[in-house]
Amino acid sequence: MTENQKEIKSILATDCGSTTTKAILIEKQGDEYRLVVRGEAPTTVEAPVEDVTKGVLNAIQEVEELVNKKFLDDDFNIIKPGKSDKEGVDIYISTSSAGGGLQMMVAGVVKSMSTESAERAALGAGAIVMDAIATNDGRLMHEKIELIRNLRPDMILLSGGTDGGTTTHVVEIAEIIESANPRPRLGTSYELPVIFAGNKNARELVRERLEKKTAFEVVDNIRPVLERENLLPARLKIQELFLEHVMAHAPGYKTLIEWTDVPIMPTPGAVGLIMQEISKQQNIQIVGVDIGGATTDVFSIFENPEPGGEPVFNRTVSANLGMSYSISNVFAEAGLDNIMRWVPFKMNERDLRNRVRNKMIRPTTIPQSLKELVVEQGISREALRLAFKQHKSLAVGLKGVQQQRTISDAFDQEESGGTLVNMMALDMLVGSGGVLSHAPRRNQAALMMMDAFVPEGFTELTVDSIFMMPQLGVLSQVNVKAATQVFEKDCLIYLGTCISPTGIGKEGKKALKITITYSDGKTVEDEIDSGLIKVFPLGVGETAEVDVLVYKPFDMGEGKGKNIKKTVRGGTVGIIVDTRGRPLIVPTNEDERVKKLHQWIRAMDAYPESIFSY
Amino acid sequence: MGHAYTPGLKVARSSVVKKERILPLKGNILVNEGDIVDFDKIVAKTELPGNITAINIANRLNVLPSELHEFMMKKEGDPITKDETIALSKGFFGLFKSFIKSPIDGSVESISTVTGQVMLREHPIPVQVKAYIKGKVTKIFPTEGVEVETPASFIQGIFGIGGETNGELILGVEKPSDILDENDIKPEFKDKIIIGGALVTSAALKKAIAIGARGVITGGFDDKDLREFLGYELGVAITGSENLGITLILTEGFGTINMADKTFNLLKSRQGFIAAINGATQIRAGVIRPEIIIPLEKLEEGKAVDIQAAGILKIGTPIRIIREPNFGHIAKVISLPVELVTLESETKVRIVEVELFESGEKLFLPRANIEIIED
Repeated sequence: MTENQKEIKSILATDCGSTTTKAILIEKQGDEYRLVVRGEAPTTVEAPVEDVTKGVLNAIQEVEELVNKKFLDDDFNIIKPGKSDKEGVDIYISTSSAGGGLQMMVAGVVKSMSTESAERAALGAGAIVMDAIATNDGRLMHEKIELIRNLRPDMILLSGGTDGGTTTHVVEIAEIIESANPRPRLGTSYELPVIFAGNKNARELVRERLEKKTAFEVVDNIRPVLERENLLPARLKIQELFLEHVMAHAPGYKTLIEWTDVPIMPTPGAVGLIMQEISKQQNIQIVGVDIGGATTDVFSIFENPEPGGEPVFNRTVSANLGMSYSISNVFAEAGLDNIMRWVPFKMNERDLRNRVRNKMIRPTTIPQSLKELVVEQGISREALRLAFKQHKSLAVGLKGVQQQRTISDAFDQEESGGTLVNMMALDMLVGSGGVLSHAPRRNQAALMMMDAFVPEGFTELTVDSIFMMPQLGVLSQVNVKAATQVFEKDCLIYLGTCISPTGIGKEGKKALKITITYSDGKTVEDEIDSGLIKVFPLGVGETAEVDVLVYKPFDMGEGKGKNIKKTVRGGTVGIIVDTRGRPLIVPTNEDERVKKLHQWIRAMDAYPESIFSY
Repeated sequence: MGHAYTPGLKVARSSVVKKERILPLKGNILVNEGDIVDFDKIVAKTELPGNITAINIANRLNVLPSELHEFMMKKEGDPITKDETIALSKGFFGLFKSFIKSPIDGSVESISTVTGQVMLREHPIPVQVKAYIKGKVTKIFPTEGVEVETPASFIQGIFGIGGETNGELILGVEKPSDILDENDIKPEFKDKIIIGGALVTSAALKKAIAIGARGVITGGFDDKDLREFLGYELGVAITGSENLGITLILTEGFGTINMADKTFNLLKSRQGFIAAINGATQIRAGVIRPEIIIPLEKLEEGKAVDIQAAGILKIGTPIRIIREPNFGHIAKVISLPVELVTLESETKVRIVEVELFESGEKLFLPRANIEIIED
């Protein structure tokens, strides 16, 4: 590959989303790879076109027009490798989430152990988990059979039992699947892929039951011993079968598979790859989110609690939290009061409800008035908050593991399987998806992320400029250098660093003292009261030394009332000091709420002045 | 850019409507190509596999799963009746025998010597597919289903509740701006599909169900009333399987919104006709909108409108505004500027200039916030 990498000068990459197909062109300019242009066209998986390649060609043609180059020959084939600066590209790659992406069902023996591991494996591969079945999930056997039969997943991942352990329970689950005789979602002409990743001693027994009725595959146990998860073999097999079985039956994908230089990946799987790459290179802990119209994906990479262990990557998808198709579900799950927390004016319930529903039935509309924008961004905070809450509950240590305790631990009753998401240790929050990437002011994206994720300590806030992380994820498999260079230079937009102590202070009391030393030696010192947001300028590409001394009861991770020094990075917003306290509480009284929200919005310069007169 | 792609909801006075009527599993076709079928004619039928009941007989008899066959009185595939003995323990010198009786009528699906689990399957469940529309059978998909075709008026709604039904269309209001209230619902509306205007009230809907109306078509409906009507907060917009005694179709959206004149006038002109309606809505990949199909004897004006074709936005195209402000107003396109324009929300978008039909007022709107009123 190294030889080839030297020769790659231009890369064409597409992401076939459920509504839009996005194409980007990356070229080597001097020593570095840069994004040149982006084109898009409606995805054409569904009637009347029913051929994904049409949308891909339309998006590529837009790129051709924008750069005045030729990538397609007269027969609409991609010209590869590049013939000249004006004709052809060296490689073409693609991701896909069209047609609802990869929809899986997972099954295991114990809900909180093998089933949870199977869920993590499927999510990490980029799937939506439609349901998770376990012998102890409280449902009756006929209910499980009915469920498998009705859901029609693209694939099933079956796990259960440690290697060498009892086989009975996992065979029981196999029998349930056998009785349900599940059929795949896309067409009836092929068999449903079922991957077995459980007790190796049960392989043949499970095979006997499922081989005749499904496309049966075996991989290494995802939980060979209770203390260890081995998700990678299952994840790779899922992605392989996604291509062979699922994609090959989606309209037009056979041709698309032939065009690409590396296998097509499920979009979220590719995003996970690029995040892991960045975390590895910069040695940082990351939380990333992609909020779409129908679903919201959350990714995290945190330190392994086991000494010497690899960082732990987790991805979750909230299949029914999104800003258009799923907006009503956000409303239903969050509840009216939680949505209203973020609305800085008075509004009646009937009006708000009808607005939300009308967005749901006409999902492609955009907020024209400021009031509509503010309401939509309010709802997005709740979608993000709920998706993150779900992520924290799945991104956990292994449950059921015996822990060695010392005398001092004996009083610490913490169970195994606590969340790995440590907000104080988090270095960077990456936001992407229309509502964050396309917010009219970057400050709005920063405030939305602060309200939804409630970061603690020092946290860099960034957004994906045009949502090209999927394409960069696949690219990272072919050419890591190109992928990371484009990610740093063209993909990520630094909003700034958020400084937020934990604890709840009294209104009007001093929360902290901050001293900022800029690179030119200039120093700014300020004392900030509790309950506020204050922004200090620090531009894109700039850094500054910050010394924060927190007053009790606040804490920056060093203990209550201690100080902490750090070099922070600037951005389009700057250094944001958030003394609103943790947990973040918004007043429930309408007048007080409006007053507080106005104060925070003003501090962030998030909206035009007219917002204060509604 | 002289035109843009903006799909809209179809409102066709005269068109050829084709409906595929497909079984959930392979089965028998009951009609022939060329047959004329009525709305409720059963065109295909099949049987879904019956429900499964599992019994762990090894546990119940306290024997090893591997020995299970010795105790079973039925083999895989054998028919069974309720309360029939299907397994029997040997007991102690022929005494203290334990019996396992079948809880269902059906057959033995499988016997596992690993888990001791015996799966029993109930009798198959018959499934029938109706023609849904009155028309001619134009295609037969062997063992799968048929296609029925008819000349018809065809209207797509924006959101619906409840599944397929049919009934005579009757006007419940006079104008598209009227509110369909409790007092407008009369006993003679039984088995009919009521045409409303800008809103149907919760009380009117309840009364329509009480008198036995089959459906209500309205411009708008309040979301708060929807919640009360459904009994739960609708999360994801996938509907059609509700069983509330009526099918409800909204043509415009949530809130009080006049039904588009074109839609109202078309429905009014078809008063007395039998319509097939379906509230099923799916707003995600594979979008499904509710529909009103009014079969006609023959095509009018000698031309059929292609209801599959996607709309192109051009100067003069009639459109509906589908987002606040001016939500629900009807207008026509007067220009399609190329430049991006900054809106009040500070969003930069491509816009369209329109003229409102009612007031003649000219407005600039994001292109994403309008939809073509399709012919």
